[in-house]
Amino acid sequence: MNNREKERYLREYHILKYQGKPFFPYTVAKDGTMAIVVLFVIILMAILFGAELGPKADPTTTSYTPRPEWYFFFLFELLRVIKPPSIVFIATVGIPTVLMVLLILLPFIDRNPERHPARRPIAMLTFVSIISAMVYLSVTGARAGAPGSVEMKVPAQYNPGKLVFAESGCQGCHKIGDSGNSGPGPDLTHIGARLPRAAIARTLINPTAPMPSFVNLQSQHPQQFNALVDFLGSLR
Amino acid sequence: MKLLPGAPRRERDKKSNGNNGSPVREKERQRERRREAALDVPISVVGWVDERTGAGPFMRFMLFRKTPRGNTWYYTLGTATLFAFLSQAVTGVFLAMYYRPSVTQAYTSIQHINNDVFLGQFVRGMHKWGATVMVILVFLHMGRVFFFGAYKYPRELNWVIGSVLLILTMAMAFTGYLLPFDQRAFWATVVGVNINASGPILGPYLADFLRGGAEFGATTLSRFYSIHMLLIPGLIMALIGAHLYLVVKLGTTAPPWIRPAKPRDLAEEEI
Repeated sequence: MNNREKERYLREYHILKYQGKPFFPYTVAKDGTMAIVVLFVIILMAILFGAELGPKADPTTTSYTPRPEWYFFFLFELLRVIKPPSIVFIATVGIPTVLMVLLILLPFIDRNPERHPARRPIAMLTFVSIISAMVYLSVTGARAGAPGSVEMKVPAQYNPGKLVFAESGCQGCHKIGDSGNSGPGPDLTHIGARLPRAAIARTLINPTAPMPSFVNLQSQHPQQFNALVDFLGSLR
Repeated sequence: MKLLPGAPRRERDKKSNGNNGSPVREKERQRERRREAALDVPISVVGWVDERTGAGPFMRFMLFRKTPRGNTWYYTLGTATLFAFLSQAVTGVFLAMYYRPSVTQAYTSIQHINNDVFLGQFVRGMHKWGATVMVILVFLHMGRVFFFGAYKYPRELNWVIGSVLLILTMAMAFTGYLLPFDQRAFWATVVGVNINASGPILGPYLADFLRGGAEFGATTLSRFYSIHMLLIPGLIMALIGAHLYLVVKLGTTAPPWIRPAKPRDLAEEEI
C-alpha cells in the first residue's frame, strides 16, 4: 500500500466513522446480547453433554488408542496420510509450523490494497482451500479409527466380541479389515484361519512383547474374554 | 475538567439557619439537609475518583466514540471470544480449588469434582465445552477479519497479535487435555509430546521441556498444570489487553462493501 492509498483509506474510514453510531448503546447492546448467547450455549452444552471421565491413566498399558480433542484431528489425520518415517516430521511439525508462520505474517504477504472479497481472488482461494483442507482432514480424522468402532460385518453372535476388541484398542497395533493400523502387530483380518481358537486364547493370555496381556480380562470378565476369542476365531 | 459540581448548597442553607422558625419547620429543614448531604455522598465519591484518575473523560471517550457505519453482527465475534475466555477463566478458578496436580491424586480429584462437589460436574462441563466454543469462536473471528480484509493497513499488528492469541488458545487446549488424567488424556498427550519431539533441531528440547525430563512422569503433570493455568493465561490476558487497546485506538473496520455517503457539509464545501 503506498502513501496515497493509505491516505485515501484513512479519509474514507474517517468519514464512515463520523457517519456511524456511538459505541454505547448500539455496539454494547449487540455485544452484550452475543455474550449472553455464548454463555447460554456453554451452559446448555455443559448440561446436555456433561463431562465424562474415562478410565484412569495407566502408563503400563499401551492398549489405548490415543485420541486428541477434535480440533487436533486434522493434525492426527495428516500423520495417517503421511506414512514414511523419513518424512513424518513434515506432517508433525513442518506443515503446522509453516501454517502458523503464514498466519502470523499474512498482512505482510498479502499487500493487495483491495479489501472487498470479490476483488482479491487469490487470497480468498488460498484461505478457503486451506480451511477446507483442514475441515476435510478433521472430518476424515473423526470418522476413521475412532476407538470402539471396527468397520467390519460379522454374524450377530460375534458382535459382543467385536465390541470388546474395539474397546481394548487392538486396532492401535493390528489391522482388521479396513480399520486399524498395519503394525507393529500382525494383520488380524484372517487370524481364525491361521490359529485355532485355543491358540488365540493362549496368545491373548501370554502374548509376545510388547502386546499387553489379557489375563486380567480373563480372570475378571471371563464372558468378555470368551466373546473376544470367539470373535477372533471367527475371522477366516 | 470538573465532572460534577461539589456542595455549595450547604452554604446557602447556613444563612437561613437562624432560630426564628417554629420547631416543626426546624425539624423539617434538618431532615431536608440530611437528605441532601446523603445525596451528595455518591456524587462526591465519583468526583473524588474522577479528580484523581481522570476516569470521566476516558469513560466518555470509550462509551461515546463512534463506530463506523455497517456495524453488523459479525463484529460481535471478537467480544464473543472474549466472553468465552472469561467464562473459561472463572470456571477454571473454581476447578483449581479442587484439582490436585499429582499423578496419584489428579484422577481422584476429578472424580471428586464430578461426583461430590456441589455443581462440580456442571462447572467442569462448562470448562470442557467452553474450550470447544472458544476454539470455534476464535476461528470464526479470524475468518470474519480475513473476509473483511480487516488485517490490512493500519491494523497489521493487531492481526499478528490475534494470530498469536489463536496459537496460544490451541496450546491451552493441548495442555488442558492432559489434566483429567484418564487414559484418553494420557495417551493423547504422550503422542502429542512425541509429535513435538519429532521436529528438527528444537523438537527434542521442546519435548523434554514439556515432559520435565526424558520420561513422561509426575513432573509432566504439574508442568502442564502450571503452563495451563499460569503461563499461558497470563500471556493471553496481556495480549488481549494489547489487542483491545489497538481495536479502540484504530477503530473497527467498516464492511468493505460500504462506501461513505458524501456528507452534506463536505458536499457544500466542494461547491
